[in-house]
Amino acid sequence: MRMLQRLLPGLLCLCLLCSLPLAAQAQDESGQALLASLDADSYAEKGEAIEEIIESGDPRSRRWLEALLGGKLQRHKENGRFVVVVENRGRHWPVVDALSFEAAGEMSRRELDRVGINNALRGQLQGALAVLDLHAEAVEERRDAARALLGDIDASLVEPLQAVIDSEADGEVRHLLEQALAIHRLAQGDVAAVDALAGSLNSQVRAALTAASRSDDPTLAQAASAALADIEQKMRLNRGLETLYFGLSLGSVLVLAAIGLAITFGVMGVINMAHGELIMLGAYTTWAMQQLLPGQPGLALILAIPAGFLVSALAGVAIERGVIQFLKGRPLETLLATFGVSLILQQLVRTVISPQNRTVVTPDWLSGSLMLNEGLSLTLNRLYVLGFALVVFAGLMLVMRRTRLGLEVRAVTQNRGMARAMGIRATRVDILTFALGSGVAGLAGVALSQLTNVGPNLGQNYIIDSFMVVVFGGVGNLWGTLVAGLSLGVINQVLEPWAGAVLAKILVLVLIILFIQKRPRGLFPQKGRAAEG
Amino acid sequence: MTIRQRKTHPSLWLAASLFGLGMATPALAQEDDPIKVGILHSLSGTMAISETVLKDTVEMLIEQQNEAGGLLGRELEAVVVDPASDWPLFAEKARELLAQEEVDVIFGNWTSVSRKSVLPVVEELNGLLFYPVQYEGEESSENVFYTGAAPNQQAIPAVDYLMNQVGVERWVLAGTDYVYPRTTNKILEAYLKSYGVADEDILVNYTPFGHSDWQNIVSEIKAFGSQGKKTAVVSTINGDANVPFYRELGNQGIDAADIPVVAFSVGEQELTGIDTGPLVGHMAAWNYFMSVDTDANYDFIDAWIEYTGDEMAVTNDPMEAHFIGFNMWVEAVRKAGTTEVDAIKDAIIGVSVPNLSGGYATMMPNHHITKPVLIGEIQDNGQFSIVWETPSTVAGDAWSDYLDGSRDLISDWRKPMECGNYNVVTGGCGGQAEQVAAE
Repeated sequence: MRMLQRLLPGLLCLCLLCSLPLAAQAQDESGQALLASLDADSYAEKGEAIEEIIESGDPRSRRWLEALLGGKLQRHKENGRFVVVVENRGRHWPVVDALSFEAAGEMSRRELDRVGINNALRGQLQGALAVLDLHAEAVEERRDAARALLGDIDASLVEPLQAVIDSEADGEVRHLLEQALAIHRLAQGDVAAVDALAGSLNSQVRAALTAASRSDDPTLAQAASAALADIEQKMRLNRGLETLYFGLSLGSVLVLAAIGLAITFGVMGVINMAHGELIMLGAYTTWAMQQLLPGQPGLALILAIPAGFLVSALAGVAIERGVIQFLKGRPLETLLATFGVSLILQQLVRTVISPQNRTVVTPDWLSGSLMLNEGLSLTLNRLYVLGFALVVFAGLMLVMRRTRLGLEVRAVTQNRGMARAMGIRATRVDILTFALGSGVAGLAGVALSQLTNVGPNLGQNYIIDSFMVVVFGGVGNLWGTLVAGLSLGVINQVLEPWAGAVLAKILVLVLIILFIQKRPRGLFPQKGRAAEG
Repeated sequence: MTIRQRKTHPSLWLAASLFGLGMATPALAQEDDPIKVGILHSLSGTMAISETVLKDTVEMLIEQQNEAGGLLGRELEAVVVDPASDWPLFAEKARELLAQEEVDVIFGNWTSVSRKSVLPVVEELNGLLFYPVQYEGEESSENVFYTGAAPNQQAIPAVDYLMNQVGVERWVLAGTDYVYPRTTNKILEAYLKSYGVADEDILVNYTPFGHSDWQNIVSEIKAFGSQGKKTAVVSTINGDANVPFYRELGNQGIDAADIPVVAFSVGEQELTGIDTGPLVGHMAAWNYFMSVDTDANYDFIDAWIEYTGDEMAVTNDPMEAHFIGFNMWVEAVRKAGTTEVDAIKDAIIGVSVPNLSGGYATMMPNHHITKPVLIGEIQDNGQFSIVWETPSTVAGDAWSDYLDGSRDLISDWRKPMECGNYNVVTGGCGGQAEQVAAE
């Protein structure tokens, strides 16, 4: 059989004088040779082999380089055949032939040897692929390719890039490529290149200018330092904005975690130590939704918003009916009982689900960042959470101020006896209020599942912070919670760069203690009749 | 697991005690009793992500040993406790294992702070502890066998690689705020400065356990790295705080080609919770990777997959350390013909067993073992591709050569020295271990 296979191409040629198999065979041989040179021992040799492949102009070179970049180009240990692994998880991998790109069945990882690369080669490959991408159809791809080339240009690329610039229609691609060339010229000691780079906030440009400012040539060093000082000025503003954004983002997490507590503790006056676990339940609901809808993490996340609210609200109702209603007016006992509930809920999750953290997938539209300019980009997941926190807050304000329920809640908390005399069913209002506060905690959990680990301890990490925010903001005041949460977030992030994460947290706590000493009722104390309620 | 294995045991025990009622010698009871192997790993809390698989590994090794006929003709029995990532609880649970359960050996601990908590208990009750995780060194106990890497088997070679092969000139030393990162970073700082790295080119940062808000730190790293010198992050961040850290790195677009992160506590297990697409090229230094291409490793992986019943199950470095440690202990018990602690302590020094990367691991007189050092880069499938390795195995050094006070200490538990901190300058046992560790 094997004999026949080996003879077949030759026979075909002889008999049919068909040139096609011959060409294919020649291509296979040259391809095999190119790939074999990639499978060298040293990374330097591999680098040369990559150059060789690019120069060969082989139509398959792009796919080879991509496979190499992904670590998917592998060689069979025994027969030396090169394959591209399609899926490299598990023990048996489906592969395609690296020469014909036809499916070649499954191979075990024992049989295969990977053609390895390191970071230096990865940079070279990315550069090579970016050059190829400069001719892509989509403008976005060309822009990304041009951006990838910043700081990665060597002498051999200068001329081809110049040609690309001349024929490129898109202004931004041209601009990026010109900057890339300018970085290269700057490294060669060209003073004029400084002008082309002035004002850019790109980190590669800054790195190149910093290197140039340490140059031996005084004119170059001076020009680079001047340009750098100019850029630093702009960067300072950027950094300020960035810190503000970090602070608001951390603050929004605090607000989300605390806002439910602002209802149950602030408005109703119930010290609920199980609040953190209600957040945790929301986070686990997100995980459960993603398990129910595999492959659609985005849809699952959106559906988890109402589901998380419901699960936590129901848990809240159970806690209120089962424990809290019997302990009305006895804060110390409520505290201890709900602390017990929180331990029970944690252990329940540990036993039923797992003591280990669960992986909640981040949908694509939540990954990455929004680039405002070259020096300032906002991470998307946190941007969404910030927006979500504001929406939840607005919704809650609406419920408390504009609905019958909100009116009744305020009436019952201010003067329970009078409200009942007016025909309001106080017990029903209690249940609904607690359900609302708990449900909002569930919403916080859904949002937190995108930022932190989903595990049984999730709630514990937020309970202290939540109480801190509510007390700092003024008990019973939703606006106070919002302002307190956001400002604590900003203070924390402003302190962090020079105090470190651990000390910043301590400083914030000390600050709050001092503040409470001075103003025991928080930032926005309630006034008038509500204060006595 | 424990319950199932205990099922066969009560009847045997009953028979034995009935027979031996009149002349109940301890020896007879021991003959028929199973050998108890204590497992002290957190199954809940912040370290559960890393430690649960280690418990499973030891249980698997015990099962394999029992299938192969046990040890000295006796069955092995696992005794599992859960110290719940709570450091003082580790000491309590260790006492429970040694005093109540009377286990013959303990495999356990991950964080150094938990090991420090267990140490006095194991020494007081004369137990045996096999510690499978890379650690900061500056310790050598008569009762502890360190099968993970000492700094000279992980941190120092990794920094050498970054300095010489990648050309890194600026360094961010980021870690969780406890004893392992602090001591390791102190050693690394001294080491880097001995190579002329300036103070302003080193940035040290500590975060609490379970830290989740990494925005500012990652942004700081980004700014620190755009000063025209090649920058790398050396990460000793432990536990589940790594997930949001790497997520933030990906979101802020820190590319391994610009600022590589080399981690000492992130392995295959930790990566299973993360989408590794944006992390390709970031590095880790270990003494074993799942991608090691040897038959011994593939056999181990196959056994592990079979044991867990999960096709996607991964193996990692501390698992290999337990594999080595367990086999060394088994070998020492065979050699000594008993599980008696003092006999094992003598017998185990010099014992060599195969590791999973195609070589041998030997127990040195300082209770550390020989290991190869590997540097791997993260791939998009959550595995590491090995880009560099030491030409031969490296012997673990308990006392770092780069710290004052520790430089002059050596450890040798063979007779007649039997000292974990012998000072070669003053010539006395009892060096400044406490001072160095407490700093």
